[in-house]
Amino acid sequence: MKRIGLIPERILSALAVLSVALLSACAAPTPGAQTSGAVYDPYEETNRKIHGFNVALDKAFVRSASKGYTTVVPEPMLDSVTYFSDNLSMPSAFVNSLLQGNFKRAGTAALRFALNSTIGFAGLADPATDFGIPPADTDFGETLHVWGFGEGPFVMLPIYGPSTSRDAIGVVTDLFTNPLSYAPQRPIKNIGVWARALDQMGNRGRYSDVVDSILYDSADSYAQLRTIYLQNRRFELGETDAASEIDPYALDTEGF
Amino acid sequence: MNDLNRRTVMTGIAAAALSTAALPRAAVAALTEARARQLIDQVVTDINRVIASGKPEEAMYADFERIFAKYADTAYIAAYALGADGRRATAAQKKAFSKAFQSYLARKYGKRFREFIGGRLEVQSVRKVKRWYEVKTIAYLRGQAPFEVTFLVSERTGKDKFFNMFVEGVNMLLTERTEIGAMLDARRGDIDAMIRDLRRAG
Repeated sequence: MKRIGLIPERILSALAVLSVALLSACAAPTPGAQTSGAVYDPYEETNRKIHGFNVALDKAFVRSASKGYTTVVPEPMLDSVTYFSDNLSMPSAFVNSLLQGNFKRAGTAALRFALNSTIGFAGLADPATDFGIPPADTDFGETLHVWGFGEGPFVMLPIYGPSTSRDAIGVVTDLFTNPLSYAPQRPIKNIGVWARALDQMGNRGRYSDVVDSILYDSADSYAQLRTIYLQNRRFELGETDAASEIDPYALDTEGF
Repeated sequence: MNDLNRRTVMTGIAAAALSTAALPRAAVAALTEARARQLIDQVVTDINRVIASGKPEEAMYADFERIFAKYADTAYIAAYALGADGRRATAAQKKAFSKAFQSYLARKYGKRFREFIGGRLEVQSVRKVKRWYEVKTIAYLRGQAPFEVTFLVSERTGKDKFFNMFVEGVNMLLTERTEIGAMLDARRGDIDAMIRDLRRAG
């Protein structure tokens, strides 16, 4: 009994130390630099090695397995996996929305979870969307953003892919604090993690043309992934500024 | 048409007549929200027509390139993508790059348009940002959650043209500038070599 309680506690305290270390590194670049798509990547050398590992993993296993998976499994079942995984993230979205002071979205997350877990066949369907209930996705990375932490350096995580030091803390925190997702003593019950992994495989297979074009057709897949991730993440967090676009009248287009 | 609408229209006509009389021609012809929206509607209609034509892929790419040349500010797009390296490019290199880059975009994004079969783009809103307009659309594709596609429209060239596009916040030109920069780095900054390879890329 005692040992069962001990391990998660140890993990949590290790995470807490790691979080503090990483967060102190979250010195935000100037807001202007962020909105113009600037990149802060002091660990580029290490990141590129991890990226190399991720690409090798994709080439050797993930790509073909995912394509096989999405070829064999019919579309509606792939959708069900997505719904199921999304639904399991709703309790965490609820808590994070509260932490962000976004009570409206917390309510939406609770409502989605209640509806989809019951009349949505334990989350395998998504009647909430059919009823016009908006999505309620959020994560601990966004909570940290709302609390004023800057995104910090860009980091490439093994297997998971591109992130920032702030969002990496979010990913780890979300994974290990969601009781529906993670139970270290009962691996069979880590249902949320497995659902998420399966969903990611589905995405890799379903959008394989897009992913392949980034990973295998671009001149520098690392640089592409980095800029696309950062831009999209800043957009999700509402950090993009339309006025930061290069003024068409100010650019020298002579000769083009 | 109810009373209010009729009154609004009449006021509009009166205002238009007044401004035509009072202002120089250029000001009257200035880009408006309605025109920015119209341009994007036209682009979307033309793209949808190509997709629906069921032509072979190569023929579709040629059509996309024509649409692009017609509605996009191609000089701005090429200059942005080449970035600071544009400053040391010769006039011939700029021209060649502009042409190669257009075809590259048509191939690269043309492949994506396949995913648009059976889908649609809906214009949501138009707003003015500094000297250009931002047209927000939502893309509804089969089997995907709806996502945001934003076009930027200006009349820098004297005609209404779109000069950039964002998909869920990802700036197409910034992303392509990263790619062109990487291609140049891999070729030790040789612009001619980059242009040669760009003709086969995408």
